[in-house]
Amino acid sequence: MLCCFTVFIFCPTQFHNLQELRHSASLANKVFIQRDYSEGTTCRFQTKFPSELESRIELTLFEETVKTLNNFYAEAEKIGGQSYLEGCLACATAYLIFLCMETRYEKVLKKIAKYIQEQNEKIYAPRGLLITDPIERGMRVIEISIYEDRGSSGSSSGSSSVSGSTAR
Amino acid sequence: MSQIQHAVPDGPMRYTQICTRRTSCSSPPTSSSAAGTEPPSCPGHRGRTPRRKWQVFPGRNRFYCDGRVMMARQTGVFYLTLVLILLTSGLFFAFDCPYLASNLSPAIPAVGAVLFVFVMGMLFRASFSDPGVLPRATPDEAADLERQIDSTSCSKPPPRTREVLINGQTVKLKYCFTCKIFRPPRASHCSLCDNCVERFDHHCPWVGNCVGRRNYRFFYLFILSLSFLTIFIFSFVITHVVLRSNRTGFLTTLKDSPVVVCFFSVWSIVGLSGFHTYLISSNQTTNEDIKGTWSRKEGKDNYNPYSYGNVLTNCCAALCGPLPPSLIDRRGPIQADTPQTAPQSNGTGGGSYAPTQLHSHMVGGYHPGRLQHGAKLPVNSATFMQQRFPFVPLSFYIY
Repeated sequence: MLCCFTVFIFCPTQFHNLQELRHSASLANKVFIQRDYSEGTTCRFQTKFPSELESRIELTLFEETVKTLNNFYAEAEKIGGQSYLEGCLACATAYLIFLCMETRYEKVLKKIAKYIQEQNEKIYAPRGLLITDPIERGMRVIEISIYEDRGSSGSSSGSSSVSGSTAR
Repeated sequence: MSQIQHAVPDGPMRYTQICTRRTSCSSPPTSSSAAGTEPPSCPGHRGRTPRRKWQVFPGRNRFYCDGRVMMARQTGVFYLTLVLILLTSGLFFAFDCPYLASNLSPAIPAVGAVLFVFVMGMLFRASFSDPGVLPRATPDEAADLERQIDSTSCSKPPPRTREVLINGQTVKLKYCFTCKIFRPPRASHCSLCDNCVERFDHHCPWVGNCVGRRNYRFFYLFILSLSFLTIFIFSFVITHVVLRSNRTGFLTTLKDSPVVVCFFSVWSIVGLSGFHTYLISSNQTTNEDIKGTWSRKEGKDNYNPYSYGNVLTNCCAALCGPLPPSLIDRRGPIQADTPQTAPQSNGTGGGSYAPTQLHSHMVGGYHPGRLQHGAKLPVNSATFMQQRFPFVPLSFYIY
């Protein structure tokens, strides 16, 4: 419910794709893109293409999504002039300044959420895939849910909230 | 569910109904401290099922102010810290400041007050915020990891470590059986709080919380400012005693001053600040230093891969770097399709995790590698962001 309502706010022309996904597809599998720690503890995800997605999406699109996400996280965690300024200002005000303003990290997280939303609508949902924002999984993984069209499985339940009634 | 009725001997036909529910009442959430958790629901009462995620948090933490404040289970020593600071400062302001303000300078109590407020602010921030707890794996994630571990090894039991190369140094990532994740580098599982914490430094009983990635700077600023405050109080109390003892006796003046408390705490606090200054400048955690992870070993080229190579950069990164957000979303509402964490494996003891009955699509057991059909679409991430970042005045405590 909330999902399609929010989709409606962001992109009215595309919402019927996600809604169709919701009503006519069922969750088949989930793929987890793990973190890449080769550059330390900064947030990066592996760009290795999972085999389960080979038949669903092009390599270039997937890589572009992951690379853009990695760039966003690098921007959020960048240690430079702006972060020092923010840190010093916050310390000087005993961190009370965060009552009035967002941290840079929070701003970037909002951008990431918007980007993922957009990617889901334009690229992933039409292919029967859905990306979950890593923040919902503790920044450990990018979870990509793979949906199968219920029509192809030979039976339909008529309602997406019924569980376990369709058998494969 | 059973109902037992029994008649009260006196009085006309009065019955007491006791309702027992074996499902949700039998395993209450661990975070059911006196402060916040509502009791599980019983039929006939208004629904009191947990509304926010902190109420079903699997770790051994206590939450106050409806999830805004997060502390460890044992908070006795924290109250001691509070009492000591308040007592010492209170005595200083009450007994020494009037004399010093009038005889030396009114700036002395002013500076003292600023230091005191800063110390208390940093203490509260270090004690009440999320240290960087990693949420436990969802059942799907845990099963996926299990599959990967089993498929890569033929021997039993399969090795539960992964090696990564970070800046040329090999680092072993260990698998946490409680949280069902491979711990990121520098993370460690706190046995007192039963959580994996990012960049785990240590569990501090004085502060009543773990010290990790998100609250290390507050902890450091707390001990640093506390050392300045104790040195400040100590030196001005001695000044006061010396000035006063010209007129009255030395011992008479001494007994009115918080000198004794100050004397002992100065050395320990200053020592601790010095130690943490060294840790920050070399970008190590207390955990790593105690274990000697990056100390030079014979025949091995062992160095700290996280250090920026420069003392100033290390300090700036630790104190002025970006503040990461909390990953556990304590005040978020529990939704029916929120994936619940994977149940603990046996042998971890503590019994601290209680699975809730709230998720609708995992009914009927979990099948590794195959998810239940008809599972609902997960909550849209934009909705999640809306819930996580509303503008609330007490976001100070959340983040």
